[in-house]
Amino acid sequence: MTNNQADTLERIERFGISRTAWRLSVMAAFAMLAFLGAFLSLTKGSADISLAQIINILSNPTLEPQSQIIWNIRMPRTIVGALVGVNLAIAGAVLQAVMRNPLADPHIIGISSGAGLAGVTIMILFPTLEYLITPAAFIGAMLAAVCIYILAWKNGIKPVRIILAGVAVSAFLSAGISGLMIFYSDRVHGALMWMVGGLAARSWPHVSIILPYAIAGVLLAFIGAAYLNILQLGDEMARGLGVNVEVTRIAMTAVAALLAASAVSVVGLLGFVGLIVPHAARLIIGSDYRYLMPASGLLGIAVVTLSDTFARVVFAPVELPVGIIMAFIGAPFFLFLLRREI
Amino acid sequence: MSILQANEITIRIIDKTIIHGLSLSVPEGKVTSIIGPNGCGKSTTLKALARIWPCYKGNVTFNGEDIKKFSHREFAQKLAILTQAPQSPADLTVKDLAEMGCFPHRNWFGRKSMEDDAHVEWALGQTNMLGMQHRLLSTLSGGERQRAWIAMALAQRPQVLLLDEPTTYLDICHQLEVMQLLEKLNRELQLTVVMVIHDINHAVQYSDHIAVIKEGYLVTEGKPQEIVTAQLLKDVFKVEADEFICSNGMPALLPVDLVK
Repeated sequence: MTNNQADTLERIERFGISRTAWRLSVMAAFAMLAFLGAFLSLTKGSADISLAQIINILSNPTLEPQSQIIWNIRMPRTIVGALVGVNLAIAGAVLQAVMRNPLADPHIIGISSGAGLAGVTIMILFPTLEYLITPAAFIGAMLAAVCIYILAWKNGIKPVRIILAGVAVSAFLSAGISGLMIFYSDRVHGALMWMVGGLAARSWPHVSIILPYAIAGVLLAFIGAAYLNILQLGDEMARGLGVNVEVTRIAMTAVAALLAASAVSVVGLLGFVGLIVPHAARLIIGSDYRYLMPASGLLGIAVVTLSDTFARVVFAPVELPVGIIMAFIGAPFFLFLLRREI
Repeated sequence: MSILQANEITIRIIDKTIIHGLSLSVPEGKVTSIIGPNGCGKSTTLKALARIWPCYKGNVTFNGEDIKKFSHREFAQKLAILTQAPQSPADLTVKDLAEMGCFPHRNWFGRKSMEDDAHVEWALGQTNMLGMQHRLLSTLSGGERQRAWIAMALAQRPQVLLLDEPTTYLDICHQLEVMQLLEKLNRELQLTVVMVIHDINHAVQYSDHIAVIKEGYLVTEGKPQEIVTAQLLKDVFKVEADEFICSNGMPALLPVDLVK
């Protein structure tokens, strides 16, 4: 957090807009962006379909090609994209508070790699057990999180040690993924697409995989918001205010792992959403988690659906995995944050 | 009558014993100061009283009950602590901070209640921060920020307030402001105050009870005028000090040389 940001917020007060009004307008703007993202994702593509047609198709589905495109291709893909955006953004927001580190996100600290290694192992070694990818990814993510905790534990938890342990665990697990892919190079095609993270050919079964985890995870994250606010005062003050710091940390990390793992198991290793979205939201709406959490979720929907539409449309008929677009936007933003905050 | 009591507590951090079988009693409704040289274990003792550090041996009791028996929330409703130079997000306002003090009184969902607003306003009034409630914490002076944190602690509605070096980094005017605020809260609200403090003269002027710690052992505890003497400073801090009597009749000590 920088003084810049504090100044911005104080200046906003001076313009005569109350802070609550500002936060609600930002939230409304993010919601509109999310709708815009979903709308473009439904209308744009190899066949452009107008809004009027979509409304018509949604109210009475037919067997015509356009109806089929909307119902079986675009709609589920948009929903998966939106849910993945919500999950990764909220997982990142939660981790940034739990680790008290602005650079924490599921990707960087190794939770995604844990999910990834478990997923790739199943895809390559046990392709017949594909239905086990989500639970396996969750277990992988939790194991990675537990590993990071054990490695970082030394008479209490220090945010910096968690990040360093996370980076090490992440490197270790990524090496495992690469090793598997080299040994079984004849089977890697599916896994390769998965490594980059993409929404291609995601459909209704994927929606049903991610939806229950998304609902449960988001609800738990919202309940945790008040606790995360207190954690920002430091461990000792949080304890003084009656928060069981260790239990809160572990529970909220598990929530983040659940959200990240369900996203990873559906779209693969989609990086940077969990990092940039909560950050961008925080710069605009402030660090009160009761507002930051829903704002991150909405912005996550907007960023993933817009990036995916961009990835589909710009190089058509070639479709880029959305992960590549995210990395192209995310990496410069990450560097911007580094220069601004550290 | 002591409200908070440490009974032969031993505290170990990693493999190092910081506090050795220390007993200490905090009289109810009084101001108690803990003094001692750097690294003697004052802050650790304070944090043991606040249940932030666990006791390796011995226990701490609150009104005769082992503090481990309370839930985190119950304990936070009875006792508030302000650690040294606590962190806060840059966009936190004074009022936001004071509202966090209501946290232990909320349900598990953390919903704000109507009474919270009244308590927050009262806490801000007590610390004279009502006029600054919408200011950002990061734009306040050191003294104002300390008052904002005290407002948060008051919103917890505790019976005991622990403070770790509340006047460090403040200029002499703001130091007195904070000390007089604590004195007022103690008198008007019968709030029991325990503070770790470096300024011996502030400790003497503003406390009813003083505990002296050296190298993890309790040296002595008692009334300030009786125990804080030039001899004590020589024994504990290794300094030669001159004794004076202030215009308000209280003793004061001025260190003039190191003990050779």
